[in-house]
Amino acid sequence: MNILTERPNAGASRWAGAIPASVFVVLALALLVGAPQVLSSFRLSLLARFCCYAMVALGIGLAWGRGGMLTLGQGLFFGLGAYLMAMHLKLADAGQGQVPDFMLLYGDGKVPGWWEPFRSPILTLVAIPLVPGLVALILGLAVFKRRVKGAYFTILSQALAAAFAIFLVGQQTTTGGTNGLNGFRSFFGYALNDPVNKATLYYIAAATLLVMIAGMWFLYRSRYNELLIAVRDGEERVRFLGYDPANVKVFAYVVAAVLAGIGGALFVPIAGIISPADVGVLPSIGFLIGVAIGGRHTLLGPVLGTIGVAAAQNTLSESFPSFWTYFQGALFIVVVAFLPGGLAQLTGTLRRRRPASTASAAAHNPTPARESTG
Amino acid sequence: MKIPRTVIPVMALALVVGTAGCGAKTGAKAGADGTPSTSCVDTSGDSVKIGFLDSLSGTMAISEKTVNDSLNLAAQEINAAGGVKGKKLQIVTEDGASEPKTFAEKATKLIQSDCVAAVFGGWTSSSRKAMLPVFEANNALLFYPVQYEGLESSKNIFYTGATTNQQIVPAIDYLASQGKKSLFLVGSDYVFPRTANKIIKAYAKSKGIEIKGEEYAPLGYTDFSTIVNKVSAAKADAVFNTLNGDSNVAFFKQYKNVGLTAQQMPVVSVSIAEEEVGGVGIENLKGQLTAWNYYQTIDSPQNVKFVKAFKAKYGAKRVTSDPMEAAYTSLYLWKAMVEKAGSFNVAAVQKAAGGVTFKAPEGTVKVNGDNHHVAKTALIGRIGDDGLIHTVWKSPAPIEPDPYLKGYVWAKGLAK
Repeated sequence: MNILTERPNAGASRWAGAIPASVFVVLALALLVGAPQVLSSFRLSLLARFCCYAMVALGIGLAWGRGGMLTLGQGLFFGLGAYLMAMHLKLADAGQGQVPDFMLLYGDGKVPGWWEPFRSPILTLVAIPLVPGLVALILGLAVFKRRVKGAYFTILSQALAAAFAIFLVGQQTTTGGTNGLNGFRSFFGYALNDPVNKATLYYIAAATLLVMIAGMWFLYRSRYNELLIAVRDGEERVRFLGYDPANVKVFAYVVAAVLAGIGGALFVPIAGIISPADVGVLPSIGFLIGVAIGGRHTLLGPVLGTIGVAAAQNTLSESFPSFWTYFQGALFIVVVAFLPGGLAQLTGTLRRRRPASTASAAAHNPTPARESTG
Repeated sequence: MKIPRTVIPVMALALVVGTAGCGAKTGAKAGADGTPSTSCVDTSGDSVKIGFLDSLSGTMAISEKTVNDSLNLAAQEINAAGGVKGKKLQIVTEDGASEPKTFAEKATKLIQSDCVAAVFGGWTSSSRKAMLPVFEANNALLFYPVQYEGLESSKNIFYTGATTNQQIVPAIDYLASQGKKSLFLVGSDYVFPRTANKIIKAYAKSKGIEIKGEEYAPLGYTDFSTIVNKVSAAKADAVFNTLNGDSNVAFFKQYKNVGLTAQQMPVVSVSIAEEEVGGVGIENLKGQLTAWNYYQTIDSPQNVKFVKAFKAKYGAKRVTSDPMEAAYTSLYLWKAMVEKAGSFNVAAVQKAAGGVTFKAPEGTVKVNGDNHHVAKTALIGRIGDDGLIHTVWKSPAPIEPDPYLKGYVWAKGLAK
């Protein structure tokens, strides 16, 4: 792994400043100006979806890449945000005081009490970052204060995502069960099948992603970033210096959850559906693939990796519907086996060129096993 | 190091572009509702595109690949016979990947990018529910080939599998005619079994059949010792099984292990067809009952031809099942609709659909123009030593589809 890619403040100003800034501008121009020009309405809507995934990936980059918390359960937070938005859209479609269609079909025709608050658009918008954030805060405090870490944290996070999906499946009458929630007609009063509104949704998703990246850029240049990496690489030493590593980790975990929640909420009007199949174990692991391939230690690696992997999956599944999954598997194996730092490692390697650098980087870096699970 | 100046104008631009591009509000009549985007289907050449959308990866692939195979067989036959209205079928295949959102996404792609005249596929209820708004919003056509839980009818979907009154209701009739006085319900925990059991309970009540228990297992669940012990203790006359997928293997193994037999307490299954018998194991299924509208053993010229053609194309060891037959039939029904309408246009096909018939392997089927389901004959079958299913009872005539069970007094209040 490359010291430059993970410690932007440690004398690597060129990498930290110039490169991400120019890449960011290129990305912003590509998303906001280029893509709408060249892509059809359908492809643009796909890219909007990928942007939502990239929001989740950005959070994973912070928690896993910087904080060493390998979270296999971001589907939980993605799902919380998505279901909150979906509930509001279903209620708004039904109309004031009316009952969403699927409840009439499978339930007793009454709206449950815990649905009612989400009739309010304002409350829904507040709840979308707040609920995933609070859940992550409670979980994070419970887990990290007890110094649960490594594989135990990973398994716990995955179990929570699985439990959430199973809970949703069991609640046919209130969450739509395996069918999930779909068939939304409007988004805060705007008709969803109007192509202009669809394009607007894309701009909202792309702009939100860019704002998040910009925010993360500031975070990665703060002292907090140094502390987070220090906790990842030597938690006990940080504790010895008088910091509480749990608080440092909880913050990163909460930020990752909020980003995933917002990504989920935007995903719903764009994809037109959210179901337990999108929030369980498999999608949670799926979120990691793009992060790992793009390079989890970098700011833009997870974002570009996720958009790239999603686009590749899409193209491959259209060209080879029967065996596209093999390509995905092969790509993952190649990256994990030969580029453990992701594709971002390539830029780093090219930049440094000399083989001696690997040794010096290794000296600054603890063992990968500990780093990836800490 | 400060925030690059170039970033600020870009963000500002984003906000401007974003807010400037506001389209129609709901209620406003700017192509928002009722007037979907115009179709891009190209019928000017000597071919026409259609889409096959099945799960070719993921947990449902094992079932849905078989449907994809029989759709391809039908397309090959139709093309060999000159196509539809003289145009050769050009097939665009997409993978639904066993995920509802992928079905919705790929359906959109087939309609908007590939401009197909119709889409054939879908299996699980969640995949159909996910695709329904897509087909309605784009005013396109979906042919759905699997039996399902009813309570649905869309002008953009043709349901060529059975609805509840063509499969579940006749199965209860059959059990009652065999003198069964009590039932135990076992199902996977999702919409089809839950809805099916709601209907079974209402019907059983009106027939004086006692329901001795109702148990659900999550999809893919394989530990059935508790459930089978409950079934065994309940001593019902028969078991109604709406389990789907792998769970059936575990359930029937356990059923046999505790010494329950088809003679003592028969199990009627609605999701086990010829394709699944091999997977569950004939030794575990011998003598058990199934409810469908087609079996490979049907002795009719149409079926003999279908089975022969299928085995010739895909191998002698392959079997044909109800959903495969319904999918094969759906392509021929669409062909008949198009030819009757004289056009590939969606509105014309919808208008022409009512009364269209096809001599299918299962017997002659007829499309109901009101609810877009088809009239089908119900068949109760027994699983034989050969792994095939043999008809033991059939409805006297094809049953008219009634997805909302409006024609049944006992079903009042089941659907709003």
